[in-house]
Amino acid sequence: MLPKCGDCGTAFFYPRILCPHCHSRNVGWIQASGKGKLYSFEIAYRTFNPAFKVEAPFILAMVELEEGPRMMSNLINIEPDPSVVKCDMAVEVVFEKQTDEVTLALFQPAR
Amino acid sequence: MKELSNSVAIVGVDESDEIGTLPNVSQLSLHLQAIHNAVMDAGLKISDVDGIFTAGQHSPALLGEALGITPRYVDGTTVGGCSFIIMVGHALVALHHGLCDVAVVSHGESGKSGTGVTRSRDTSLSGQFETPYGFGGAATNFGMITTRHMHDYGTTLEDWAQVAVSTRAWACLNPKAKFREPITVQDVLDSRALIYPFNLLNICLVTDAGGAVVLTRADRAKDCAKKPIYVRGAGEATEHTLVTNMRDLPLSRSTKNSGHKAFEMAGVTHSDFDHIMLYDAFTSGPPIMLESLGFCAPGEGVSFFQDGNSTPGGSLPINTNGGGLSYTHSGMYGIFPIIEAVRQQRGECGDRQVPGAKLSLVNGMGGMLSAAGTIILSHET
Ligand SMILES: [Zn+2]
Repeated sequence: MLPKCGDCGTAFFYPRILCPHCHSRNVGWIQASGKGKLYSFEIAYRTFNPAFKVEAPFILAMVELEEGPRMMSNLINIEPDPSVVKCDMAVEVVFEKQTDEVTLALFQPAR
Repeated sequence: MKELSNSVAIVGVDESDEIGTLPNVSQLSLHLQAIHNAVMDAGLKISDVDGIFTAGQHSPALLGEALGITPRYVDGTTVGGCSFIIMVGHALVALHHGLCDVAVVSHGESGKSGTGVTRSRDTSLSGQFETPYGFGGAATNFGMITTRHMHDYGTTLEDWAQVAVSTRAWACLNPKAKFREPITVQDVLDSRALIYPFNLLNICLVTDAGGAVVLTRADRAKDCAKKPIYVRGAGEATEHTLVTNMRDLPLSRSTKNSGHKAFEMAGVTHSDFDHIMLYDAFTSGPPIMLESLGFCAPGEGVSFFQDGNSTPGGSLPINTNGGGLSYTHSGMYGIFPIIEAVRQQRGECGDRQVPGAKLSLVNGMGGMLSAAGTIILSHET
């Protein structure tokens, strides 16, 4: 789901109570397609956050969603190698359940 | 703001007694040492200070209490490491209007040792939307800007390495710099891989350090101990806090806007500068700032750091103190490029002195190019 302005039609992220483009408070939610492109990335060779338990190396991803906004995530199911991972490659969401309350939106190369 | 150009001068600058790894010096002591030293440098007394400007954990009220003074003007604007550069502009306005007569901009940070530090940050947004994916700290955000720059403009890891090499060459000439051994592009490329696109030598130091800057109106500045260095222009801007909300990534709107304001106030253009100080938390930062400030086309900023340009003896020296990369970086680095620019304008820099420096640019970022502060300094009015 993504917040979208009911007046100017802009989708944005993170959610907030007014549209950052036209400042309308007429904000609703839309179902996002889950598709986008890899706007930028990093490959972490160690953890930068002690609570994060994924073993390095892993890919930190900035995804530009088809609807416009950008979000941070991880890119999975691909070799963590800068000669393989490329900006602007097509990606799609994969939901990964962490607990009964928390599910993360990760991304993988589009099939 | 144009009529305020040259109305205020920097009359005192200094670091804390020592900078580096100082587990026995509290963060508050770093502030107080720097303020004391900078006020002495100006030939003034602590009791002359009636305006306190500081960013970070300690409020201006705490600094006033610790100094035993009751300031009549305070400012605690905290928008990242460039806050101190922005505060030079704030102090200028306050001094100009007589809201205070002697302003101190102070920084103290026990960034390495954590002595006298309460660890707490605003993580409400990053904690929800970034930390769950393994983000944490500046490198995990500034890398995004850097990787995209490489994609858009064809910049390379060798290009960024050149910035570290050039900055280290300056550090070799600064007795206060932490690292004073020359390095090569290959050394940077071979240093420990932390997070692509950064190896260890692409990332700033982590130190304990304080620094302070004393300002007063130009008429009073003439009575101070050292040559006054006039604030010819000042600008500031903010855009985002989260990199996902940075519209023109990898270029910075805040930097562009801040620079534009400062240039306009000073009535100068890019080719007028003979000395530049840029906030270098990462090697890719200075080139991206030069591009965002309009010194060159996007993608061409790295060319400044090649031999003969911004290196010692070059035509446009950049980061002559050795920068956050090799001199010191306590966390909020922004006070230190101001101190260096003032020393260059005074002609105090010994082996690293830029001959005949007349116009210095100081530009810093807060967060991930989120906020920006720009000041233009000269010993001439
Ligand atoms: Zn709108």
